[in-house]
Amino acid sequence: MEFTYHITSIDGLFILAMSLLLGFEVIKNVPAVLHTPLMSGSNAISGIILFGGLIQLMSTPPDRVWVLLFSSIAVLLGAINIAGGFFVTHRMLAMFQVKKRDTNKA
Amino acid sequence: MEFLFLIATLGLILGLKFMGDPAKAVLGNAVAATSVVVALIGVAIKSYAPAAGAGTFNIVLVACLLGAGTIIGRLLAVRVPMTGMPQLVAMLNGFGGLAAVIIALIEGLAHPISDDMRTTGGLLLLSAVFGGVAFTGSLVAHAKLEGKKLPKVKRIHIRAARVLLWTMVALFALYMLAPVPVVPFTTVLLLMAVISLVYGALFTLPIGGADMPVLICFLVALHGLVALLAGMFFQDTVMLIGGVLVGATGILLTLQMSKAMNRTLRSVLAGVIKRDTPGSEREQDIRPISASETASLLAFSRQVAIIPGYGMAVSQAQGTCQEMQTALERMGATVHYIIHPVAGRMPGHMNVLLAEANVAYESILSMEDVNDMMGRYDAVLVIGANDVVNPAAETDADSSIYGMPIIRAHAAKQVIVLKRGMAAGYSGEMNLLFDRANCRLLFGDARSSLRTIIDELKRI
Repeated sequence: MEFTYHITSIDGLFILAMSLLLGFEVIKNVPAVLHTPLMSGSNAISGIILFGGLIQLMSTPPDRVWVLLFSSIAVLLGAINIAGGFFVTHRMLAMFQVKKRDTNKA
Repeated sequence: MEFLFLIATLGLILGLKFMGDPAKAVLGNAVAATSVVVALIGVAIKSYAPAAGAGTFNIVLVACLLGAGTIIGRLLAVRVPMTGMPQLVAMLNGFGGLAAVIIALIEGLAHPISDDMRTTGGLLLLSAVFGGVAFTGSLVAHAKLEGKKLPKVKRIHIRAARVLLWTMVALFALYMLAPVPVVPFTTVLLLMAVISLVYGALFTLPIGGADMPVLICFLVALHGLVALLAGMFFQDTVMLIGGVLVGATGILLTLQMSKAMNRTLRSVLAGVIKRDTPGSEREQDIRPISASETASLLAFSRQVAIIPGYGMAVSQAQGTCQEMQTALERMGATVHYIIHPVAGRMPGHMNVLLAEANVAYESILSMEDVNDMMGRYDAVLVIGANDVVNPAAETDADSSIYGMPIIRAHAAKQVIVLKRGMAAGYSGEMNLLFDRANCRLLFGDARSSLRTIIDELKRI
C-alpha cells in the first residue's frame, strides 16, 4: 500500500484546525495534581522535532561530514528531550500511584 | 507504513487524554511514549535513502544516537531530586529547542530552497526562530530556577528585546512579501536564527519568581509550535499533530496559570509588575511565636490546615511536614493541605513535592474547595508562602495583587506563618496578613522549625 501522500496547504490547515480543537478538548479540566506531569509529558512529546534530524540523517551520504555532525547533535538532543521527559513523567506519576495504593490498604 | 503513523498519532492523542485522568495517567504516559517510538521507527525506515548514498553507517549512527540519548535522558530523569523538577523540564525543553534550530539551519543551508518556494522557506524561518527563542528562553529559565545570578534587568534590555522582535518581523515580512528576493534565503535564515537566540534570553530575563509557572508553560507551548511548523515543513503528520497537542496543552496551562494570578498573559510576558504604591509602606505590628508555643497551640487544635509555598521547596521541608502531620493525626487532629494554583515555580509543583513526601491524596485540597470554610480551621500553618495568602488582594484596591484569588488564611481562628525573615513576597507587596490579630510569625528555617515542633509534640 504505497501511496505518496502530500499535504497541500489547505489539507494542512484542515488538520491544523481539527487537531487544535481536539487538543483543547482532550486536556480541558485536568486536575491540578496532574499539571506537572502533563507539562513534562507534553514537553517530551514535543521532542519529536528530532524526526526532522532523523530524516536528514537517513538520507545523507557519509561523506557530508558537517551535515551528519550537526544532524547528529540535533537527534541526540531530541532523544534526550524525549527520553528524559517520559521517564521523569513516569517517575512522578508512579509516586502518585504508590501513595494511592498505600491509602487503600490503610 | 502509513498505518504505523496513524496508530502513532491516535496513540499520542489517547495518551494525552489519559494523562489528564489521575487513574490512567501512568498508562497515558506509556501509551504516548510508545507512540513516539513507533513513529520514530516509521520515520527512520521511511526516510532511509540508499539512493542518496546512505548506507549501514547511517543506520548504525542513528541507532547509537538514539540509544545514547535515551540513556542520558534516563539518567537525568532518575538522578534529579523532586525539588529540581522545574529546572529539569526547562532544560529538556531547551534541548528540544536547540535541536529544532539545528535541524532548521541544516535544512536551509544544505538543501537550497528556491525562491518560488516561499511558503516552505517561511515555515523553516519560523521554526528556526521559535526554536531559538525556546532554547535560550529555557536556558535562562533554568538558570533562574537554579538560583544562578543573572545580570540585573535594565530598561535597555527590554528596549533591545523589542527592537529585535520587530527586526525579526520585518525580515520575515521582507522575505515573504518582496516580489524579487532582496536578500538570499540563507542569509535571512542565519540572521533570524541568531537574533532569535539573543531575543529568547532577553525576553525571559525580566520574568521570574511567581511568574515562573506561566513562563515554563509558555516555553513548552512554543516548543510545541515548533514541532507543528516542522511537521508542516517535513510533511509529517505525526509531528504536526504532536506539535498541535503540545501547543494546545501549553497554551491551556499558560492561560490557567495567568488566570490564577489575575494577570493577563501579556503583562506576565512583558515582565511588568505594578509597583506604584510606596504609600502603603508602614510599620507592621508583628507578633512572633516560638516553635514550642506553636506546638502546644497545634496540640489543642482539632482542625489544622497547612498552606505550602515555594519556601517549602527551598528548605526541603516536605518530608518533615509529613512527619508533623502524622504526629498531629496521632493526637486526633485532622490535617489538610491547601494548595494555591500558582504556589511554587511550576504548575502543580506543590502536589509533586507532597507526593514525594507520601502525603495522602485525600488530605490535599485545592483553594476553591475550602475557601468558604476557612473558619472551621483552628490553626493554619503557612509554610513558605506569602502573596497567595495576602488579604491585600481582597481589601486593598491599590495593591498590585488586588483581585488575585487568594487562600483566605486570615479567616481561620489562628494563623502561624513560618518565615525566614521579613522579606516581602515576589510581588514586593507588604503582607497585610501579618498584623491581623489572629496571625503570629514563627521565624527561622522551615524545616528546623518543623523539626522542633515535632519534638515538642512528642513531649506533650
